[in-house]
Amino acid sequence: MKFTLSWLKEHLDTSATLDEVVTAMTMAGLEVEHVDDPGAKLAAFTVAKIVEAVQHPNADKLRVCQVDTKDGRLEIVCGAPNARAGLTTIYAPIGAYVPGSGVTLEARPVRGVVSNGMLCSGRELEVTQESDGIVELSDDLAVGASAVAAFGLEAAIDFEVTPNRPDWLGVRGIARDLAAAGLGTLKPDPVQPVKGAFPCPIEIKVDGQACPVFAGRLIRGVKNGPSPAWLQRRLTSVGLRPINALVDVTNLISYDRCRPLHVYDAAKLTGGFVEARLGREGETLEALDGQTYAITPEICVIADGSGAIGLGGVMGGESTKVLETTTDVFVESAWFDPIRTAQTGRSLGLNSDAQYRFARGVDPASPAWGVEQATTLILQLCGGEPSELKVSGQAPAPPTAIAFDRAYVKKLSGLDVGPARIDEILTTLGFAVDGANVTPPSWRRDVEGKADLVEEVARIEGFDNLPEEALPPIARPAGGVLTLRQRRMRDARRTMAARGYAEALTWSFQPREWAQLFGGGDAKLVLANPIAAELNTMRPSALGNLIDAAARNARKGFADAALFEVGPNFRGDEPGDQWTAVTALLAPHAPKSWVKTAADPLFQLKADLLALLDEMGAPPLQVVQGQNAPWWHPGRSARLQLGPKVVIAEFGELHPRVLKALDADGPMLAFELSLDAIPEPKKKGVKTKAALELSPLMPLTRDFAFLVDAQTPAGDLVRPILGADKALIADARVFDVYAGQGVPDGQKSVAVEVLVQPREKTLTDAEIEAMSGRIVAAAAKAVGAKLRG
Amino acid sequence: MTDLSQLQADLSARVAAAADLAALDAVRVEALGKTGSISELLKTLGRMTPEERREQGPKINGLRDAVAAAVTARKDQLETAALDAKLAAERVDLSLPPPPERRGRVHPTMQVLDEMIAVFADLGFALAEGPDIEDDFHNFTALNFPPKHPAREMHDTFWLPEDENGERKLLRTHTSPVQIRVMQQGQNRTLPGWIAQGQEPPIRVIVPGRTYRSDSDATHTPMFHQLEGLVIDRNIHMGHLKWTLDQFISRYFETPVVETRFRPHHFPFTEPSAEMDVKCDRSGKDVKIGQGQDWMEIVGCGMVHPNIIRTCGLDPDEWQGFAFGFGVDRLGTLKYGMPDLRDMFANDVRWLDHYGFSAFQAPNPATGLS
Repeated sequence: MKFTLSWLKEHLDTSATLDEVVTAMTMAGLEVEHVDDPGAKLAAFTVAKIVEAVQHPNADKLRVCQVDTKDGRLEIVCGAPNARAGLTTIYAPIGAYVPGSGVTLEARPVRGVVSNGMLCSGRELEVTQESDGIVELSDDLAVGASAVAAFGLEAAIDFEVTPNRPDWLGVRGIARDLAAAGLGTLKPDPVQPVKGAFPCPIEIKVDGQACPVFAGRLIRGVKNGPSPAWLQRRLTSVGLRPINALVDVTNLISYDRCRPLHVYDAAKLTGGFVEARLGREGETLEALDGQTYAITPEICVIADGSGAIGLGGVMGGESTKVLETTTDVFVESAWFDPIRTAQTGRSLGLNSDAQYRFARGVDPASPAWGVEQATTLILQLCGGEPSELKVSGQAPAPPTAIAFDRAYVKKLSGLDVGPARIDEILTTLGFAVDGANVTPPSWRRDVEGKADLVEEVARIEGFDNLPEEALPPIARPAGGVLTLRQRRMRDARRTMAARGYAEALTWSFQPREWAQLFGGGDAKLVLANPIAAELNTMRPSALGNLIDAAARNARKGFADAALFEVGPNFRGDEPGDQWTAVTALLAPHAPKSWVKTAADPLFQLKADLLALLDEMGAPPLQVVQGQNAPWWHPGRSARLQLGPKVVIAEFGELHPRVLKALDADGPMLAFELSLDAIPEPKKKGVKTKAALELSPLMPLTRDFAFLVDAQTPAGDLVRPILGADKALIADARVFDVYAGQGVPDGQKSVAVEVLVQPREKTLTDAEIEAMSGRIVAAAAKAVGAKLRG
Repeated sequence: MTDLSQLQADLSARVAAAADLAALDAVRVEALGKTGSISELLKTLGRMTPEERREQGPKINGLRDAVAAAVTARKDQLETAALDAKLAAERVDLSLPPPPERRGRVHPTMQVLDEMIAVFADLGFALAEGPDIEDDFHNFTALNFPPKHPAREMHDTFWLPEDENGERKLLRTHTSPVQIRVMQQGQNRTLPGWIAQGQEPPIRVIVPGRTYRSDSDATHTPMFHQLEGLVIDRNIHMGHLKWTLDQFISRYFETPVVETRFRPHHFPFTEPSAEMDVKCDRSGKDVKIGQGQDWMEIVGCGMVHPNIIRTCGLDPDEWQGFAFGFGVDRLGTLKYGMPDLRDMFANDVRWLDHYGFSAFQAPNPATGLS
């Protein structure tokens, strides 16, 4: 919403400066976005008179003028065809910056004659589009008067109108709040009823659904034409385009009082009536913007005997529009339902000042005085004879009284405001105060209860005056406020970062094709209105996004990526379908190094995963191979399971088919871990840890080399060894895997170092021998392992 | 009779001349071995008269001790030289780099969330969470957005398709739906445990999470992070809200005094509603909080609308309180200076390395927030 200080002063008796108005607005909740001052760039420009204009000696199209300026009589070269003796125009001195042409003036000879300044066109000053000649001003303007004053330019304040305050879409509404804020006094309402000379011959019909109330009047014998300068200036100062006096009056009142109106050329109305009704299937309307709109039964139209002639509350129609030749005018001032008007605007893609105002809510009590205000102005500008006012239908019920205990102001806001001051604020804002009851004015349909009244009092009294009070003590959970799961999310991040992974944040949505690659893409999870076609599906996994992130980095020359994300994945659209994953991706392209390591990076990833699980406090998990989802490499991936059913994580190399579909160069390794699937450890009452028993006896190691079937997982060999003598065997570690010469075809040799920790006494050779026997037997029983000779 | 001094001079010279341990040992055996020259001399002592022995004994023993000491000294010398030579040969070029390692980073937005959580935890706030896919009730209706109200349109909501009942889910446009989940009394508990459930007042929670709006430019991304705060008690008023936010701003920006101001605003879910601005300097390339003469909006807030409290099954005449909502990503850019919000989600490894945080920079009362 834009307005000017002079316009504000039509309604507010004040001596406040522009800055004071802006500050008061901001502190009362009218958030000023910016102040646009078109005069600021014209400060150096002044009024001048051409005394003499003669042909330039060396150029056909130039004239040499003697000009009376604020700097005395100057010789100025001018190329404008209208540069003539006696013309009052605008002079720019040497050194002035001409906004419309982007040049700073220098005293330079033009074809041999020095020009001591410049006479300007409207376009050069950016006040009109006129570029054919220099501006022609009224002769009564004095030489040296400022251009800003000559053009009547004024700063416009632009501010954000919150959706609860449509009354601020009229200057009078702004003035009312500023008066309450102490900036001045609201002037009395200027609108007076106009007596009609004859009954309105046009019948007004409302169906009570599309439009509850509709006021109108015929004014005959008007003389339309361009508006006077003051009205044109007022409209252009807020960015509106003057059209003709009758139309300009409606636009003025729309901005002045948030009271949109429409005027019809009565000679073009047929059937002797105007009605507001719902649209009919098949109807169309050519609107004032030149577009033809298809009308639906959800849209409110204005119709006459010929059918639809306007979109109610949105835009009038071409067929009945007012022209300069119009002599009889019908004025419409109705109240259109905000929701229907908003929907019409959206469905037709049609926004107008009227639509914006009706969608937010125009004062339901305004139709009658809207016509009166328009009539007064039309009679003043165009003459004519008004009919009697006609009002059809019933305005929506006015707001009802609110029981308001004034002590609630202090209870809710903390502000100490006396009851008299409370009532003064409310009264100035237009509320009716009657003992305990406060009734909002008709234009404040946002005020529904006592909390709204507190807001009115507090914002006018000033949020600056709010006290600061510390929160009262509250019981706090011992051991921090985070739940175990919240803590795990945080620890997971820092564990992964400590292990060399950079934390990524990727969208929760992704292309549907990607979702389908990772077991998702259900139609239920495809957005109806994605921001881009490729960001349309809720992700089943973060893997696709991380692969893409790594591939993008690789395309920029940074192929070596270790990324992770802790975030939501979606199995469905119910709250319980959302799960939290820790997803990590390793694109192993470590830079070449003179230190050679031959280790398979897959085992580095596995180490990272196990370290993370350890940090999360996960119990020991089983490695299950060959059952991974199809986006994993079938031979180089596995699951970590808790029992036969609960999958905690999947890890491995990603399937080349998936990488190719995502335009990523492999290999890439990854894991995805379900944070929610890790069980919570049993709660103990105390934080003490289990007692640690350290044996004073030296541990010893024994190495075994077993021959097993080449397909046997090493883990299946280690597990029975660990179980062969639980009292003595502290650990068993695979340290070599070998197949080839000396090992039968189809078999492999697995070398295991067993760590033996005696507990009570040093073991004898015979005891060690017996334990070795149990290890060999257990290995043989479990996987058919044979001790290698 | 052997000339003892001649023998000592001879042996000393040979010890000194021994070039390696083997040569030295040969000299030692020749002199001090079983049949060595000095050993033979020692044997003669037994055959001497007491007088002779008294005279010769100390001389021969002295000779033996001197030669043994010379051998030991020379041995030390040779061993040291050998070790020096060996170590010299083991020299490596330590200007060579170690094997390459990746430097892990915590994303700045997540660091900022941890910082915010640390500050609010200290003010007694617990954490509540809710789902990203919400229904219209939690995201709008229960939060006092009237159906079809323009304020809904202003949210640029992402919608999921209509189901068979004509209802459509949405991606939450703010973290405020969790207010409802936390406040709503007497819910049927069928949801997973991580989703907030209704609790009895007093309530003091923060709600961090992903939020979504169909918007994209330098200051908007279609997904972003919010942190919501909710306090419900018997006598909580706007003064408590102002204090809480001032506390937060000063602690988060780690500046002793940050000038702030409260301005009236409008949100459907609060009444009265406010926005808080912080004093800052926007004249340079970076925004400097706590300096300068400009104001910048930093948080929307207000007193929870009585309709919401009532909808959740509480009596608004008994319970009241405040709510606020921060843009986490934006708070991050203000503190740490990232110029474009969209980079937060671009995942360029160079950006993450530069703007990210070490794993060990967890907010801590002893070391500060970062």
